[in-house]
Amino acid sequence: MYEHLETAETPENLKRVVVDPVSRVEGHGKVTLLLDADNKVKQARLHIVEFRGFERFIQGRPYWELPVLVQRLCGICPVSHHLAAAKAIDQLVGVDPENLPSSADKLRRLLHFGQVLQSHALHFFHLSSPDLLFGFESDISKRNIIAVLNEYPDIGVQGVKLRKYGQEVIRMVSGKRVHGTGAIAGGMNKSLTKAERDYLLQDIDQMIAWADASVALIKKVHCSNLPYYDDFATIRSNYLGLTRSDGALELYHGGIRAKNDKGETIIDHVDYCQYNRYIHEEVRSWTYMKFPYLLSLGQENGWYRVGPLARVNNCDYINTPMAETARLEFKAHSAEAMVHSTLAFHWARLIEALHCAESIKTLLNDPEIMGHDLVAQGEKRYEGIGVIEAPRGTLFHHYQVDENDIVTKANLIVSTTSNNMAMNESVRQVAAEYLSGQELTEPLLNNLEVAIRAYDPCLSCATHAVGKMPLQLELVSAEGKVIDKLIKHSDGIIERHV
Amino acid sequence: MSKPVLVFGYGNLSRGDDALGPLLLEFIEAKFDLTSIEILTDFQLQIEHALDMENRSLVLFVDASVSCREAFDFARLQPAMDKSYTTHAMSPSALMQVYRQINKQSPPPCFLLSIKAENMELGEGLSPQALIHLNQACQFVGGMMHNLSLDFWIRQADEMRQIGCERLYACS
Repeated sequence: MYEHLETAETPENLKRVVVDPVSRVEGHGKVTLLLDADNKVKQARLHIVEFRGFERFIQGRPYWELPVLVQRLCGICPVSHHLAAAKAIDQLVGVDPENLPSSADKLRRLLHFGQVLQSHALHFFHLSSPDLLFGFESDISKRNIIAVLNEYPDIGVQGVKLRKYGQEVIRMVSGKRVHGTGAIAGGMNKSLTKAERDYLLQDIDQMIAWADASVALIKKVHCSNLPYYDDFATIRSNYLGLTRSDGALELYHGGIRAKNDKGETIIDHVDYCQYNRYIHEEVRSWTYMKFPYLLSLGQENGWYRVGPLARVNNCDYINTPMAETARLEFKAHSAEAMVHSTLAFHWARLIEALHCAESIKTLLNDPEIMGHDLVAQGEKRYEGIGVIEAPRGTLFHHYQVDENDIVTKANLIVSTTSNNMAMNESVRQVAAEYLSGQELTEPLLNNLEVAIRAYDPCLSCATHAVGKMPLQLELVSAEGKVIDKLIKHSDGIIERHV
Repeated sequence: MSKPVLVFGYGNLSRGDDALGPLLLEFIEAKFDLTSIEILTDFQLQIEHALDMENRSLVLFVDASVSCREAFDFARLQPAMDKSYTTHAMSPSALMQVYRQINKQSPPPCFLLSIKAENMELGEGLSPQALIHLNQACQFVGGMMHNLSLDFWIRQADEMRQIGCERLYACS
């Protein structure tokens, strides 16, 4: 649709608009827009500059360190890396998913539901609700969590407490708030005590009620202006993710399913250990990020979206009643087989949060989470692959080890990588729609950011530092002259330099 | 029952100098009586950490900072509307504001110890310069852990403003 904008025929004659970094997404991103002499967007690229070194970080380490080590790849979803690594090293000790002790499987799922719930809660209540509740072009001072707390105090407090509850699930299952060691090769290292289980049960009904209310809120917001919400940054894409063998929504373990934009199945129930027969990664010269694509469709047409929108689109049903009702309403709002609206990521995300809360309650009432058969053993293997549905989408960890159990090769496909092409497409769509002329405006910048934020990308994975997050836009002529420049400092003050 | 003093160091141990906050916590844990001091760490500050500030008399945040002018800085914080588009991480002042909003009362007195950072690459260790900064910050914070009074911490912050960390470090 907008592919012509990615690489212009004569880029040396274009002006450049640089948005660096993208704010309110994790880490550093940069958007470059090249304008032609008529100030029309001719080229658009999302650069993600911090996304490198993951494999090098893992190689050379003993495999049993990985479930703890890989948590440091990402300060936003460390549990997802923890569990993907655990699933991969299960295979290194000869334990296939079906042989994992039932208690260990359920504890891992509980841990994962806690992680997805708190991650989705953070994204909606902290990062997206300011836009959604106040409008995308509202006063900049309103678009933050504190303004939400001021004007929608109940929603703000619910967000904080939902987030805290998810963190408590993680703490109880893994033993620590961060750097926990819950999952180990072949199982788990502890179960829940009755006191821990009862502690989590105390508040779960309230969490379900709040999650349900958040779904109702996002549905109301989305449907209040359907043409806008369904069209903004919207692209037609393929969708990929795990589903259960019966087609149910699955976050922890399942087969790979991909559907096209018409809802037709491309692949289904594919064993994720065979992922590299179906998915390849294209390297492009201008970015560290790779571009995964479905081999059967080729580089040009095989890119896909992952994450909440993909999962809710792809599954046949959700096995918790309230989330299933919400899914049916979500699907019914669109006339098409698949919901393509990029802003519908928010709606799908909250349906998943509700599913997580319901699933946590089910698991807390299952006595097996207090069981003591926690670890299985098998014959050593030299290759292991773990795949999980992280909050932002499908996450692949693939390791090879030598006879000394040292990792010799690692390949990771993180969900932001899978959404790379889709985010570029959405940026191009927004740029083509909204950016024209020689003056950079804050609402214009925000439109670009709103499009990227819908994917909840995780760009730098845990680097942060005081004073390191300024935001810069430059408009540069073909001759290299800066004709407009906005700098947004970390305290929110915007300066124009011309 | 919450301990009256919270020391919250945040950062990623595997990203070079971003580890400065958690490493300073290790120093406190090793050297001081923790009867009245709670140590907490995370990769970054998030909204739910406002709840960790409840029932405290003093809170010290410890973070790596690339914008720190000297080896370290120590300042009292005030709640602040965060006008910026934040990232997933929050500033301590914004966290204090969240506390005020959800609890309908002022947060406890909060301070920030910033330690100057140079390099934050994944898989890198602490830079030599950051190690020097960390040692100086540890010596400075030692005096505060021996004197857990609001008046003393306020004086330390005031002196930092007046004479800078080099001279304050030399006096500690």
